[in-house]
Amino acid sequence: MRRFGSFVQKEFYHIFRDWRTLLILIGMPVAQILLFGYAITNEIQEAEIVIIDHSKTPESREISSRILESEYFRQSNQMVSEADLETLFRRGKIKQAVIIPANFARDFNTMGRANLQVIADASDPNTANITYNYTSSIVQQFTVEKTDVFSIPYRIRVFPVMMYNPELKGVFLFVPGTISVILMLISAMMTSISITREKELGTMEILLATPMAPVQIIVAKVIPYLFLALFNAFGVLVLGYFVFKVPIEGSLALLLGETALFVTTALSLGIFISSRTNSQQVALMASLMGLMLPTILLSGFIFPIENMPVVLQVISNIVPAKWFIVIIKGIMIKGQGIEYFWKETLVLVGFTLLFVVLSIKSFKLRLS
Amino acid sequence: MSKQDSIWVEDLTKRFGSFTAVDSISFQVDPGEVFGFLGANGAGKSTAMKMLCGLLQPTSGIGEVAGFNIRKESEKIKKKIGYMSQKFSLYNDLTIAENIQFYAGIYGLKSREIREKSRLLLDQIELNTKADTYVGSLPLGWKQKIAFGVAMIHNPEIIFLDEPTGGVDPLTRRNFWEMIRQAAYQGTTVFVTTHYMDEAEYCDRISMMVDGRIEGLGSPADLKGEFESKNMDEVFLKLARAT
Repeated sequence: MRRFGSFVQKEFYHIFRDWRTLLILIGMPVAQILLFGYAITNEIQEAEIVIIDHSKTPESREISSRILESEYFRQSNQMVSEADLETLFRRGKIKQAVIIPANFARDFNTMGRANLQVIADASDPNTANITYNYTSSIVQQFTVEKTDVFSIPYRIRVFPVMMYNPELKGVFLFVPGTISVILMLISAMMTSISITREKELGTMEILLATPMAPVQIIVAKVIPYLFLALFNAFGVLVLGYFVFKVPIEGSLALLLGETALFVTTALSLGIFISSRTNSQQVALMASLMGLMLPTILLSGFIFPIENMPVVLQVISNIVPAKWFIVIIKGIMIKGQGIEYFWKETLVLVGFTLLFVVLSIKSFKLRLS
Repeated sequence: MSKQDSIWVEDLTKRFGSFTAVDSISFQVDPGEVFGFLGANGAGKSTAMKMLCGLLQPTSGIGEVAGFNIRKESEKIKKKIGYMSQKFSLYNDLTIAENIQFYAGIYGLKSREIREKSRLLLDQIELNTKADTYVGSLPLGWKQKIAFGVAMIHNPEIIFLDEPTGGVDPLTRRNFWEMIRQAAYQGTTVFVTTHYMDEAEYCDRISMMVDGRIEGLGSPADLKGEFESKNMDEVFLKLARAT
């Protein structure tokens, strides 16, 4: 035990003396979560639009003011005609134009049906879609209120309830995603680099000639990163909870337990990588290309898995983060218990065992 | 093959695929002896040493180190030996004192022993004022001395040195050999590989390795006589040309 202690102490020296790397390890999660929380958001506020009102009636003015009074839109201070629209869009001055035709009020009042045109800048399809949806829901609301007076016999009104995330906040997804990326990065990449560094320096050979068993050496090297990863995960949770009000509906103990499991999976991956290569460079590339990219792209963190081509959907199954994100979202956002994701948990346990066995095998191969 | 031998091996062989790195070598080393393992680069010196230290399994052959079987009891052997490789064995981002503490710690020394040993070692290499200096900022010669001290920290019965003087200036090399002779004088068996032929003169006995085989074995004087040479360089050249 004393041997083990001196080893772990030495690993902590390495980590704390390399303050540049440490700064990245501590700073990156904070930067990422703030970026994802504030900058990368699907919500639109105060988009500049123009409304061209050919109708000039109380009805058209009311609809205009309802659109402009919403927090989503702001009137561009340009006085325009249809002829100018093209130029304004091209210059990026406006995101959307709403054109109310001259016969709008008449059609609405007599036929109960009127047309209204929305032109959006679809060079950014996402924004175009969102502004269009906002506009159409405002118009919908207006129609519903006005037609009450007329009592049309058949009408279906839709009342959406957005469960678990009523405001559709993107940060609810980014916090679980960021946690998995951070854990993968610290656990897998940093351990694989730290083990291959000893191999490159030649100190691994010395260590193997001491009475420390190889398993002890590896475990001692990995433990500091386990702590660091858990510390970081905790930091991201706290930041998400207090800054972005991302809830933790389920059990905190369960959340930490599953997080520890995922860290172990990532550590076993890191060990596996380092058992297959002797070079820090290769370990770094393998971790970045083989682990980081899939974790960001194929885990459902940024792009929904359901929308991917079938091939990528199948591949996504071997990305541990995919399973972890299901678990962590279940606990944090939906307040689920283990009965809802025991399968995902088992998958992670399976991954861990697989990589441990593979690492031991390739280690034995090397020794003989 | 007496029980008192520090090391003995018989027909020790290591093959990597079709390449035979060590070809059926046999020798024994007495306790307290400085045994030089000489040969050109790639002659199989390091491979042979790794088998003795329990880092590599032999393909065939038998042997004992400190009384333990090199095939089956490598864990016991590791407690009895010290090992210093040709690659640098200290951590540059740790201070001298921390490096000593680390290695003393993984050999299972108690805190009090570690403190005493550290002081003794620092005195011996005359670096007690530099204990808190990062090893990375020291000249190579000092690093090698510390590495040697660290490899001796747990009073091993046998110390294995793999090209310990590679890339060191002549004066430091001489100092280094003084440390080796001192360790042997105190009873530690020293097994040292080198490709500097002049260092052979510091050894009690030497073995000359050429292409995985031991071609000459004996004291420097014996070998010079046997091969009618003035110095070890000549012995080596004659041996290398003969094969």
